[in-house]
Amino acid sequence: MSDERSGTGTTPEPATDQLGREGIGRRFIRELQGGDWLVTVLAVVLALAIAGVLIIVSDPRVQEPAGYFFSRPGDTLSAAWNSVSDAYAALFSGSIIDFSEYSVGRALRPFANTLERATPLIAAGLAFAVAFRAGLFNIGVEGQIMLGATFAAFVGFTFDLPVVLHVTVAVIAGLIGGALWAGIPGVLKATTGAHEVIVTIMLNNVARLLLLYLLTKEAFQRAGRQDPISPFVGENATLGQLFSGSRLHVGLLVALVATFVVAWLLNRSTFGFQIRAVGLNPSAATTAGMSVGRTYVFAFLLAGALAGLAGASEALGTFHFLEPGISGGLGFDAITVALLGRSQPWGVVAAAVLFGALRAGGGRMQAATGTPVDIVLVVQALIVLFIVAPALVRAIFRLKEPKTGPVAVATAGSEA
Amino acid sequence: MSVDTASAPSAPPDEAVTRVGKRNWKTPITLGVLGLFALIVFGFLAPPGEESTFRITRATDFVQIEPISVSSQVAGIALGVLCLVLAAYSFVRIRAWQPVPLWVPLTFGLAFVFAFLTWTVAGTSIPLTNLLQGAIALAVPLVFGAMCGLLGERSGVINIAIEGQLLAGAFLSGVVASLAGSPWFGLIAAPIAGMLVAWLLAVFTVKYFVNQIIVGVVLNVLVIGVTNFLYSQVLVPNREQWNAPGRFSDIPIPGLSKIPIIGPVLFNQNIIVYVMYATVAVLTIALFRSRWGLRTRAVGEHPQAADTAGIRVNSVRFRNVVLAGALSGFGGAFYTIGSTGAFGREMTAGQGFIALAVMILGRWHPIGALFAALLFGFVLNLQSVLGLAGAAPFSSQLMLMAPYLVTIIAVAGFAGRVRAPAAEGIPYIKS
Repeated sequence: MSDERSGTGTTPEPATDQLGREGIGRRFIRELQGGDWLVTVLAVVLALAIAGVLIIVSDPRVQEPAGYFFSRPGDTLSAAWNSVSDAYAALFSGSIIDFSEYSVGRALRPFANTLERATPLIAAGLAFAVAFRAGLFNIGVEGQIMLGATFAAFVGFTFDLPVVLHVTVAVIAGLIGGALWAGIPGVLKATTGAHEVIVTIMLNNVARLLLLYLLTKEAFQRAGRQDPISPFVGENATLGQLFSGSRLHVGLLVALVATFVVAWLLNRSTFGFQIRAVGLNPSAATTAGMSVGRTYVFAFLLAGALAGLAGASEALGTFHFLEPGISGGLGFDAITVALLGRSQPWGVVAAAVLFGALRAGGGRMQAATGTPVDIVLVVQALIVLFIVAPALVRAIFRLKEPKTGPVAVATAGSEA
Repeated sequence: MSVDTASAPSAPPDEAVTRVGKRNWKTPITLGVLGLFALIVFGFLAPPGEESTFRITRATDFVQIEPISVSSQVAGIALGVLCLVLAAYSFVRIRAWQPVPLWVPLTFGLAFVFAFLTWTVAGTSIPLTNLLQGAIALAVPLVFGAMCGLLGERSGVINIAIEGQLLAGAFLSGVVASLAGSPWFGLIAAPIAGMLVAWLLAVFTVKYFVNQIIVGVVLNVLVIGVTNFLYSQVLVPNREQWNAPGRFSDIPIPGLSKIPIIGPVLFNQNIIVYVMYATVAVLTIALFRSRWGLRTRAVGEHPQAADTAGIRVNSVRFRNVVLAGALSGFGGAFYTIGSTGAFGREMTAGQGFIALAVMILGRWHPIGALFAALLFGFVLNLQSVLGLAGAAPFSSQLMLMAPYLVTIIAVAGFAGRVRAPAAEGIPYIKS
């Protein structure tokens, strides 16, 4: 039920033609849905393999023996193997279990870090996924996170409220901030038909500048600092630590609750049914008496609130203050997370944990082996590229086509 | 099918004047509101008695022209009135069921910007030539990016990966120019990098029908990841060998470059800028006056009809996307060998997305996109010039928001009819 919209046009494709044959687009879509876990696993393996090649060819420790490759090829090969295995071992020990530690608590600390990095990705990934189910491309998660973080942090450092209440109010402020910002493209799409991709991309830039602007104002300035940085949020407004020695905080639980709510909303509620119906076929939804425009607005509001939650989680749980880089590209990671999770709420959680692990382990990898953490971005992008084109993965590994889709998209594509 | 059938009956639907449906009053209303704003804020509320001074020529110029000083308030009022006159004219045109010609919003924009400028520099002076010269420079990658975007969208493929193509062009041109020891080699490498990214985009979207926006977003992440990785791993440790491409120097065109204002602004730039002029001109003619252009637009507007006429829709799209990639890759070279002379992490800084905005503001037309890019370049440069002069009337961040807000206004249709090619974003699946 996820990636229904392979074509984003306003004209829905006919599912079948007059002869009852299934259109290739439909077939491809069904293949996306039927894309089994094996394709996902192979996509990850393939992405790690390609990134491994990149690590090898750029590693100076490999380049040196490669200079005399033809006299002693073994040197090059072993250097290449060491280069990749060191990097990926560090990636693993930095994200899952560190076997070099003696106590269980310390050994599992990397996994806590993984979950900490996954927390905002869950909420932000849901923000993209919810809109995507309604047939909308919410490229503006980044800006919505910034607004959410701004609202949450502002409540956090401006007011002084009792325990529990303060953090609750601050998180709710974050939800409102994100929802308001996402409401703009929603309303514009519903009333004027403005394409949400362009509007949200522009709003990302506006949000970035707005945050920079606010951080020059006295209300947001930390006393005694000239750089754009806010005061720390109050003690009562922070999301508490969950795991000692790690930054993992209560935000994870909030994000999981949000996942429950979103899963229920999408799959069990009338609202969710409308979102899915509009996403599948706006014309049919209109005919059935649903208001497409209103659904767009509500989908964007919900998406924005989720992005705001991600922002609040970063501001109140991880940073404890506001700075221009508070979002740090989370909004774009969110898109890859949602696509990898096939826009299913619990799929998003799984994808967020995977990408959280890449993020958490990437830091360790850079420190231990000098392999730049940016390789994580490459892995991420490659995984999603392979996921969205399962036919490619099947072709590479010579897998059989799933029974539901008898004709491979690869062959169908070339005849068009 | 023969060529004749392909080129016969496809009059551009843009110009069709129909009396069906409602008249769209958004343009006159938007222009009217903005014009009133200009008249009141930049005119009546301007500090009386102050003068705004524009320095035209620089000390080194052949012909010296005295700086022009105008009364800020008088100039603001005059320009505000001009804005309102243009708004009224667009009102008259709409009432007569006629389209508002392109020069109206363009002139309006110019008048509005100058009203803003006189208001900003009230009491001080500003170097007009430097301002415009910098604006052109900053607009260069935007123009190339927008040409790439509109070539793709005119043939029906949305290209979100402009950012990645610019960045890939910047990276490869920098590296190749460093290794070869001459920026000219970088200029050859840049379009190849852009074409590689575009080729991936074309394979996934045109051949495998994967959603165009998804692939575009993911390709951006991929290019950012790869260039960042190689930058940290290879370019930083071996700076002299890998990241010292040098840069092109300005080539003054004999004679023309001596003309005041226009000379230094237009005819004393580096080779990439001159290629940009040529690209815009060639693309305009090719898109609207050639068989290739007609086919491209047909494929973007109505692929079924184009297919019926014997045009191979997906191969036209594939070729155009890759060609477009060459354009934005070339534009990416401006970042390294065209201006800074070295590659930096994510040095395109989201300008590929601005290029998309530029394309929309320019209504999917090369000339329109050129002016929209100049607007963005102007605002970016104005911000830095005013920052240097210490004359910014309000926060630079708020001023930098202006182009983005203008784009939102444009796509929301408040500033005239902005219509995308009908079939953009929809994979063409032959049935």
